[in-house]
Amino acid sequence: MISSYVPILVLFVFAGLFAGAFLGISALLGPKKKSHAGDSIYECGPAPVGGARERFSVKFFLVAILFILFDIEVVFLFPWAILFRQFVNEGMGLFVFVEMAVFLVILVLGYIFVWRKRALDWR
Amino acid sequence: MLIIILKILIPFLIIFNMIPFLIWLERKGSAYIQDRHGPNRAAFFGIRLGGMLHSLADVLKLITKEDIIPLHVHKPFYLLAPFLALTVACVTYAVVPFAHPIEINGEPFTFQAADLNVGILYILAMASLGVYGVMLAGWSSNNKYSLLGGVRSSAQMLSYEIAMGLSLISVLMVGGSLELNNLVISQGATPWSWNFLTQPVAFFLFTTAAFAETNRNPFDLPEGESELVAGYHTEYSSMKFAMFFMAEYAHVIMASALIALLFFGGWQVPLMSTDFLREQAGLGLYILLLAHGILFMVAGIFLLTWFKKGKYGDLRDYEVLVWGIPLVLAGLGLSLYTLLHGSFDLTPLGSQIFAAVVQFMTFMAKILFFCWFFIWIRWTLPRFRYDQLMGLGWKVMLPLGLMNLAVTGIILLMR
Repeated sequence: MISSYVPILVLFVFAGLFAGAFLGISALLGPKKKSHAGDSIYECGPAPVGGARERFSVKFFLVAILFILFDIEVVFLFPWAILFRQFVNEGMGLFVFVEMAVFLVILVLGYIFVWRKRALDWR
Repeated sequence: MLIIILKILIPFLIIFNMIPFLIWLERKGSAYIQDRHGPNRAAFFGIRLGGMLHSLADVLKLITKEDIIPLHVHKPFYLLAPFLALTVACVTYAVVPFAHPIEINGEPFTFQAADLNVGILYILAMASLGVYGVMLAGWSSNNKYSLLGGVRSSAQMLSYEIAMGLSLISVLMVGGSLELNNLVISQGATPWSWNFLTQPVAFFLFTTAAFAETNRNPFDLPEGESELVAGYHTEYSSMKFAMFFMAEYAHVIMASALIALLFFGGWQVPLMSTDFLREQAGLGLYILLLAHGILFMVAGIFLLTWFKKGKYGDLRDYEVLVWGIPLVLAGLGLSLYTLLHGSFDLTPLGSQIFAAVVQFMTFMAKILFFCWFFIWIRWTLPRFRYDQLMGLGWKVMLPLGLMNLAVTGIILLMR
């Protein structure tokens, strides 16, 4: 079983070499100049006001937290979805479906709560 | 070991030769959509290939550009970001099946680099790693535009990944396997049994999410030129900039391949099952060669009609002859050879290989069509506003995905 992952490993090494080669090539072949304006922040535009290491909207953190919740739910659904047809064929379909429906209803309640709390509004 | 390396290398070369082609297609396609000519200047002894030489010239230019690393960046992450973006984009295609597996001396031979039993999960996992490249680039550039592009992009990719996962689940419920090859086989060879008709909502959700995941218009907020300069790759130059570009196109090709595999029967030839192709291999080869011969001739004659002496007054005049005459000759030769040879008698292995070749060609045609679809959409639709984008992801696609899941479950129960 684990041997089927050998090509993946080879591919990773290969892709890494490929991307590394690109980094190396442009560093080697490009002309080299010293002390120019290209070193400054957003060289061809207006001078920046303040640094970029500032706080940004808390909304982005909220999205990340919600993502974890809902993505774990999706991951739980994957094995269930694969086996669903087999359960249906064995006559256990309704039981399995209701089990998952209960799980989803609890999740949807949470989703409605999040929506009502305006966590999904972007303003 | 040699077979493993070949299996990795051949799709790799195909995909990386498609990238310059796609860039050309994007430039030429957008030009025709906007009623202009597009790239047509770069020439090598009068040969322009319809502007395709521009892609080659671009590569040469980008490689020999100065490699600027600005002083204010966080250097390790700054260098790691394009490396990560490209590496991750390169490894996703490993589980894509290009044709029905064949048997050589009783041993199965699959047309995919790695025959993993978690197939689609591997693709999802690798594709979602792409967000790290974007986020590291945005943060390490130490530039407000880049930072905003980076956080926007990561929030967008996270939001649409949920919709993508949900739309996949209903497809998996019907297909009953994670292996892409099994999913393709379960769809059958008839177009009306393919998933885009049996799972239309999932198809719609998946395609929309794929556009958002690849940061393509109408979801290209991370790059939003009019507001963020170039987003997360503002501070990148030369080949490092090109690496983000190549990663984006590799993701587009991968997304097209996934749409074709999951919803349009992958390598299935419409109305012709693998068994049918294998049985009729001799006749099929005859028709295929003859059709190509005629096609080459028609294309060559079409090109030759463009010839006009003194149109440009230099070598470019003769470009259509350079392509047209060999095409006509090749087409004539191929047609005559096929007609004189008569019907072909293939060995069992030969007919299996023939079926695989035809399936491979069909699959590539489907991929190219969806690549064109990506370009078409990009030059047709305007960009979303950011609150609309997040609203669509969380308030429309997520409930739609859940409902689609429930409906699919009920339909499967009723049958």
